[in-house]
Amino acid sequence: MAFNGYKREDENIGEDETPTKQPRSDMEMHGGFTHDPDNEAASSAGRDTSDRRTSNATARHRSDSVKKTRPPFPWFGMDIGGTLVKLVYFEPKDITAEEEQEEVENLKSIRHYLTSNTAYGKTGIRDVHLELQDLTLCGRTGNLHFIRFPTHDLPAFLQMGRNKHFSSLHTTLCATGGGAYKFESDFRTMADLQLHKLDELDCLVRGVLYIDSVVSSGPSECYYFENPTDPDRCIQRPYTLENPYPLLLVNIGSGVSILAVYSETNYKRVTGTSLGGGTFLGLCCLLTGCSTFEEALEMASQGESTRVDKLVRDIYGGDYERFGLPGWAVASSFGHMMSKEKRESVSKEDLARATLVTITNNIGSITRMCALNENIERVVFVGNFLRVNTLSMKLLAYAMDYWSKGQLKALFLQHEGYFGAVGALLELLHPS
Amino acid sequence: MAECGGLHSGSRRHTMDKSITLPPDEIFRNLENAKRFAIDIGGSLTKLAYYSTVQHKVAKVRSFDHTAKEATSDELYEITMQEEVTARLHFIKFENAYIETCLDFVRDHLVNTDTKVIKATGGGAHKFKELIERKLGLRVDKEDEMTCLIKGCNFVLRNIPHEAFVYAKHADSEFRFQTTQPDIFPYLLVNIGSGVSIVKVESEDKFERIGGSSIGGGTFWGLGALLTKTKRFDELLQLASKGQHTSVDMLVKDIYGGSYGSLGLTGDLIASSFGKSATADKGGFSKEDMAKSLLHMISNDIGQLACLYAKLHSLSRVYFGGFFIRGHPVTMHTITYSINFFTKGEVQALFLRHEGYLGAIGAFLKGAEEDNPNQYSWGENYAGSSGLMSVSPDMNPMQRARSGTFDMLEMDRLERKLVNLPLLQDASSYIPDTVDLTEDALAREYWLYCFEEALDGVVKRALASQPDIPEAAERAEKFRQKYRHKLQTLRHQPFAYGSLTVRSLLDTREHCLNEFNFPDPYSKIKQRENDAALKYYQKAVQSLEELSWEERQFALVRGVLAGNVFDWGAKAVSDVLESDPEFGFEQAKRQLEERPWLVDSYDEWFERLKGPPHKCALFFVDNSGVDIILGVMPFVRELLSRGTEVVLASNSSPALNDVTNGELQILTESIAAMDPVIRAALGEDRLTLVQSGSSSPCLDLSRLDKVLAMVVRERKTDLVIIEGMGRAIHTNYYAMLSCESLKMAVIKNSWLADRLGGKLFSVVFKYEVPAAGIDSPALTPS
Repeated sequence: MAFNGYKREDENIGEDETPTKQPRSDMEMHGGFTHDPDNEAASSAGRDTSDRRTSNATARHRSDSVKKTRPPFPWFGMDIGGTLVKLVYFEPKDITAEEEQEEVENLKSIRHYLTSNTAYGKTGIRDVHLELQDLTLCGRTGNLHFIRFPTHDLPAFLQMGRNKHFSSLHTTLCATGGGAYKFESDFRTMADLQLHKLDELDCLVRGVLYIDSVVSSGPSECYYFENPTDPDRCIQRPYTLENPYPLLLVNIGSGVSILAVYSETNYKRVTGTSLGGGTFLGLCCLLTGCSTFEEALEMASQGESTRVDKLVRDIYGGDYERFGLPGWAVASSFGHMMSKEKRESVSKEDLARATLVTITNNIGSITRMCALNENIERVVFVGNFLRVNTLSMKLLAYAMDYWSKGQLKALFLQHEGYFGAVGALLELLHPS
Repeated sequence: MAECGGLHSGSRRHTMDKSITLPPDEIFRNLENAKRFAIDIGGSLTKLAYYSTVQHKVAKVRSFDHTAKEATSDELYEITMQEEVTARLHFIKFENAYIETCLDFVRDHLVNTDTKVIKATGGGAHKFKELIERKLGLRVDKEDEMTCLIKGCNFVLRNIPHEAFVYAKHADSEFRFQTTQPDIFPYLLVNIGSGVSIVKVESEDKFERIGGSSIGGGTFWGLGALLTKTKRFDELLQLASKGQHTSVDMLVKDIYGGSYGSLGLTGDLIASSFGKSATADKGGFSKEDMAKSLLHMISNDIGQLACLYAKLHSLSRVYFGGFFIRGHPVTMHTITYSINFFTKGEVQALFLRHEGYLGAIGAFLKGAEEDNPNQYSWGENYAGSSGLMSVSPDMNPMQRARSGTFDMLEMDRLERKLVNLPLLQDASSYIPDTVDLTEDALAREYWLYCFEEALDGVVKRALASQPDIPEAAERAEKFRQKYRHKLQTLRHQPFAYGSLTVRSLLDTREHCLNEFNFPDPYSKIKQRENDAALKYYQKAVQSLEELSWEERQFALVRGVLAGNVFDWGAKAVSDVLESDPEFGFEQAKRQLEERPWLVDSYDEWFERLKGPPHKCALFFVDNSGVDIILGVMPFVRELLSRGTEVVLASNSSPALNDVTNGELQILTESIAAMDPVIRAALGEDRLTLVQSGSSSPCLDLSRLDKVLAMVVRERKTDLVIIEGMGRAIHTNYYAMLSCESLKMAVIKNSWLADRLGGKLFSVVFKYEVPAAGIDSPALTPS
């Protein structure tokens, strides 16, 4: 079991806490959401909080009114995707002694468990480098943690939730992603948890705009690659996304969604493609026998795709000048693999690299066409496909720049895969 | 065949394949005087193109000089068989494995050619350059692949009606052919070879590669071979057609448990291609499932990109080609699905019947530029072309036969440039044929049966037309076999030559007859009947003159209709005619249905006649003999007397017993000799004879002689008369014209009569005034 660690710890807690199960009315909580009069404020909360963070006085001043609509701890936002579950957890650091005493035992244990570990079970991981410290949310200051685990380990997670009597905390679990729908009944039956389901694209857009506005210290949230067409001089540079609209937002998860964002509330899904991160990993597993994304990337980094792909120069001996196609451009992905001899001489690393290049370039070219059709010049790529995947990011940066003759700019965000979960958390705190 | 192994270290496979023998009559035809060779060598198929001239017999009529000496016979004209030379384009497609055999064959049969160069294109042109030069002794001159492709595409779109089709896997007919557009530009060509090229074509010479993708046929093949250990492209497609992609792909419902309602994404949609293969047990997938998933992934991706480019450039006509498509139902289906999905049905994926030949046609055209082939109209020769083969294994038992290994396209240069009738209300939506037999299974069944039944009679007739030629029997037998084979092919693959129609069945028969040098089986019958009818002309005119104006108008219409009963093409009638050659005009009138007719707008026509005369009438005539002489001519005479100019349009070459332009010239002259009205009209140029450009018993108003179109325009034609079952019922029954029109026919087929709700010898008299016409009293608000 992936979440073995929980089980052991849970046993005594479980016994202790069972009697305290004293359901407060669900209605109350939902009422709180639906009757929130402060709709406008909620939707622009992202910006407000970032200003507030530096001024405690203002925060205290507003705290009374905020307190009333503030949901009880713990604060989670969850995004259940096709491959990964993304979880953001807000750890309050301004807990008073009084609060500390009031805090029920299992809430405390969850807090300690999540914040004192960086790995959970076999597959759960906290991305420590992404942690946002000293963040003020809803008048509370604390740290925002970013945790992920594979969707197929969700049953173990639910088991933990059950063992920890998570349901007794009467928190609303805001969840987005397809899994919020698919596993809704599992949450209910296995962990006695009621999910508040949220649209994944709403959450994504909200999360991106929030994180971009909130992060000011540390490495810049948004960055790009300078000199993308020159491998030797290509370097990562911070980018200030001051006036972000309009924006093409490309979310590369298992599949890909491409959104045109005109404001926080005005966006549309332009198109999507099924050739995404799941395709890369799936094909790599079949072709090389690897089993994780990290393994696949590691192999790709050592491979050579030109042994797998047929380039323009392989067909024309050089550039195809009549159509302005450079000799190095890929003419046929996996094209060399039509030949038996070449199939026998490639390495797994070459295949992994070619798969990566194929999927990445394809996303690049669909994105570029969408940008042209929508008349948008800035593209932000997010999603967990880009996690620790500089290879793809540089490829995308290159492709955007080269094929658009410098017209298009590819931008990336540090918290690449977590925006949906962040959006879900924001929904908990500031229902729209 | 001469063995010349050992030249190539890698030619073992070729040598082995040399055991096949090529029947010269069937594969590389007319090589003797072939020239302007072109070759397109792809990854697996080679296409060879050449131009040749075909010598065949044509029937000509020539007037006897009756003034010079006493007529030696009663006959008005003599029929002579002449040799005529026409230009033909040959395209042959075969597997690369046969290339050496084929080149040897070509060299051995090439007799008198002054050709020095062979145009070559395609990826394999380079690889086989040396072999071609050595075998044929021709210099290989390479042409740009894309340029050839576009040139070829323009050529087929312009010259072959029903070239483009929409593929619908689950429809009654898988192939829905598109009508020829008056303007073929602009369009998008998505060529899916090993990679994908997306080309925007704006005119004959202006095209641009606006994009492409590296994920193409090579990706399917290469990745497919890695995943399934299956080497051949066709086998991969076979696997794919049997697979289930849902075990490999992550669907929307795998993530959502159902649909993603707010975005309208259904649960069955693929969210992530191969998305399940990362988590499942290794080796847990069948080859079929992986191949299917791969096929979907690639087709969807190409479809999506094509849509994005079509949208960006505001193009709605998107043609798909390349070896990935090449008639494979699986890929056509997945591409079609993808285009429908991404454009919500706004753009249709179009495929081409001769897609595989485009490169070869283009290369040929490049090499033939000095002949300027584009100044002519060309027509697909149904006799010499193999037609579209479905590759579906269970559908086509003949696929593995040699006819499948060697695929052919022959195109005849038409003597006349063909254009649209300027009087079509909307040329782009005009469909000549009334019933599409590819879609109407019942009708298809009947007509195929009907043509098969009639075959013996046609063979007999063909033989009788050449009584003194000894080898005619052998040719007639060959004709029988060829046409029967065509009918069989069409039974299995009704879509082989575009939409199957009564017209295409008739035309195919004419092509086959010509192929075996039976250019005009009815020449003697026509001659006899013309002579007989002429004798009765004056009497007929005289009796009409005696009638009151009102009676005469009706009698004239009945005359045309009764004349139209005389038709050797219709089975029901040919039985009667055969048994009783004296079957007279008067008898025919008695056979006619009494009014009200099945379709009867005689009253409207009669009212119209009371009004001002028409400026000019264009009359598409039908049969020889009684029909033209006793039916049509008196009618024409009346029009002329009213002050209406008349243009008589008749076939350029023979078809059944239809009167040809050549025959009509002679007939009209001899009528003029008897009739001052006709004589005067001819003299004053108020009666004009033109050829239709057609040699079919049916009529395609979008492919008519350029001269006819010019005359129609110059004379300000305001009435079109179409006569006969072939021209007014099988075709053009629903044709909308921009001027008044009259469609007259007698239904001489009981099955068709039944279908239309009538009976044998029912009459169709359809007088139509265009809806928007100001002179339409019915539509004028009162």
